[in-house]
Formats: sequence, structure tokens, C-alpha cells
Amino acid sequence: MNKYIKQKQNQSFSPFSRNRELLSGFRDGIPIGLGYFAVAFSLGIAARSAGLSAFQGFLASILTNASAGEYAVFSLIGANAAYLEVAIITIVTNARYLLMSCALSQKLSPDTPLSLRLLTGFGITDEIFGISIARQGFLNPWYTFGALLFASPCWAAGTALGIIAGNMLPARIVSALSVALFGMFLAVIIPPSRRNRVVAGLVLISFAASWAAGIIPVLSSLSEGTRTIILTVAISAAAALIFPVNQNGEENGHES
Amino acid sequence: MNHNTYIYIAVMVIITYAIRVLPLTLIRGQIKNRFLQSFLYYVPYVTLAVMTFPAIVNATQSPVAGAAALLVGIVLAWLGAGLFPVAVSCCVVVFVLELILPVW
Repeated sequence: MNKYIKQKQNQSFSPFSRNRELLSGFRDGIPIGLGYFAVAFSLGIAARSAGLSAFQGFLASILTNASAGEYAVFSLIGANAAYLEVAIITIVTNARYLLMSCALSQKLSPDTPLSLRLLTGFGITDEIFGISIARQGFLNPWYTFGALLFASPCWAAGTALGIIAGNMLPARIVSALSVALFGMFLAVIIPPSRRNRVVAGLVLISFAASWAAGIIPVLSSLSEGTRTIILTVAISAAAALIFPVNQNGEENGHES
Repeated sequence: MNHNTYIYIAVMVIITYAIRVLPLTLIRGQIKNRFLQSFLYYVPYVTLAVMTFPAIVNATQSPVAGAAALLVGIVLAWLGAGLFPVAVSCCVVVFVLELILPVW
């Protein structure tokens, strides 16, 4: 496979490749949207107890597309907190998106126009970031929009329905749907682990560290979002020092 | 003092968007620094792995079902299954196991 040609194809913004990427993003957005819908139901219940109307919940979700961040803000709204508190908690719970955005900036072709960058940024959720970073070569932003086009309305509709109907879905269904998102994460991180021992080792170390951070006294008192940032920075930085990659983004001599 | 819900939502929306869009728009070219390049190469795998475990085990009613979904997901993804098949298989594993297992 000629990597250069592959990259050239993905970075073209012609109507043909735009529609094709939009469609394949939309298709990959379907399982994400279904998972979102179920998770957003419980978010809607939190929004309801904070006093939000279904419309306000829909608006908040379709414009924010964040789970932990919205949960935290809704509980602050319920407590009649200061706007500054809401601002600070939003930064803390969403800071990991700053890292994802940095990583995604390297996945875009340098000649990607500003308008498409502004739209791509809107789509950086954990899951859509995951499938976007897994694309071959440069990321065509239309793929990300395609996924967002299906997933975001699901997220917002789930929130609104959660506010209206409370816990209408049976707990067993919610339980089953809640692993859809993790299944997608696995589909993103496992195939590269098979090809590359360094990535495989990092995935295992990350699993172990994440588990340990949940029980170690000081770390476990931090929010999940903050722990994710600390672990991501520490583990990725250590890996970058020990196993630097070359210019093409491939490891040096660690291909298995 | 009473606060306006729409202002709360606006604060959340604007800050969340700024966090997501600033690096994408400010970092226009390919980063040349080898450490930063390597760091950003590893970030996605590490951050997704950190978010997956142990969260997947705690997401389900029965931790056993969550653990089984993790195993099945890893095996299928290892064998080359795509996003949708892996995600749906994980859901089916949890649904079936929680039908037959007692819920803790």
C-alpha cells in the first residue's frame, strides 16, 4: 500500500471524497449514537433534578457533547453555584479534550482550511476522537462530521427524553448499551497493539495504572477526568522518552 | 442571587468548545520536535485505554458481565473486527450474561 497516495486521497476535499467520507463517518457514528442515547438518559435524569427543562437539556447536550462535563455542570446548576464555579469545573472535566485536540491537529493535513478546523473541534468527544484518530493517513474532517451528524442528535435526544421520562428504559438494556462505547475504544486501540509491541505494552500499562489510580488514596480522590489527564500525560511522556517515533509517526524498530 | 440557566449553559458551551478547538486551529503544521511528536502519537492509545478499564467493569450491573465484554471485545478486535461488530458483540455479551447471572 502506498502511504503517500493514501494520504493524498484522504486529504482531498472534492465533493466526491467529501460525500464518501461523510457517509462512512455517519455509518461509524451509528453504534456511537446508540450508546450515547442510552447514557444520555441517565444524564437527563441528573438534568431533571437540577431543574432543567427538556428543551434546555437538549440545547445543552447538542452544543456541548460532553458526558462528565455536563454531569458536573448540571449538579452545580442544581446547587445554584456561581458562574465562575461552572467555568472552572468545565475546564477541569473537559481538559482531556485539549490533549485530544493537540493529537488530532497532527492528524489533519496542514492545508486543512480554518473553517473545517473549527467544525472538527466541535466533534471531539471521546468516541468520535477515537474513530477519527484510527483513520488511515490524514483525517478528512468530513468523516468526523458524518459521525457527529448521527451521534450528537442521539446524545441530545437521549438527554431530553431522560428529563421527560426519567428512567424509562429497563436497567438491563441500559446496562448492555453502556458497554458499546468501551467496545469501540477497544476496536481502536487493540488492532495497533497487535502490530506494535510498544502500543500493546502501553495499553496494558494504562489499564493497570487506571485501575491502581482508582484505589491509591490521593489519586482516587481526584475526579475521573483529572485522573485521565494525569495518567495520559505521565504514561505518554514516558513512552515518548523511551520509544521515540520517527518522522512518519512509526516506531523505530519496534514493529513486531 | 438567582442564576439564569441559559447563562450557565452558555458558559459551559463556550468553554468546552474553546478547549476543543484552540489546539486544532493554533497548531497548523506538523510538529517537528521528536519528543512532542512521539508524545502525541501515544496520547490516543493511552487515554482511550485509561478510560476503558476499569470503567467497563463498573458500567454494567454485574461486574462479571463487564469483564466478559472486555475480554470478548479484545479478542474480536484482535481478530480484526470493526467498530460496529465489536461494540454490538460487547452489548450482546452483557445482555445475555445478565439474563443468566444473578445481578450483584
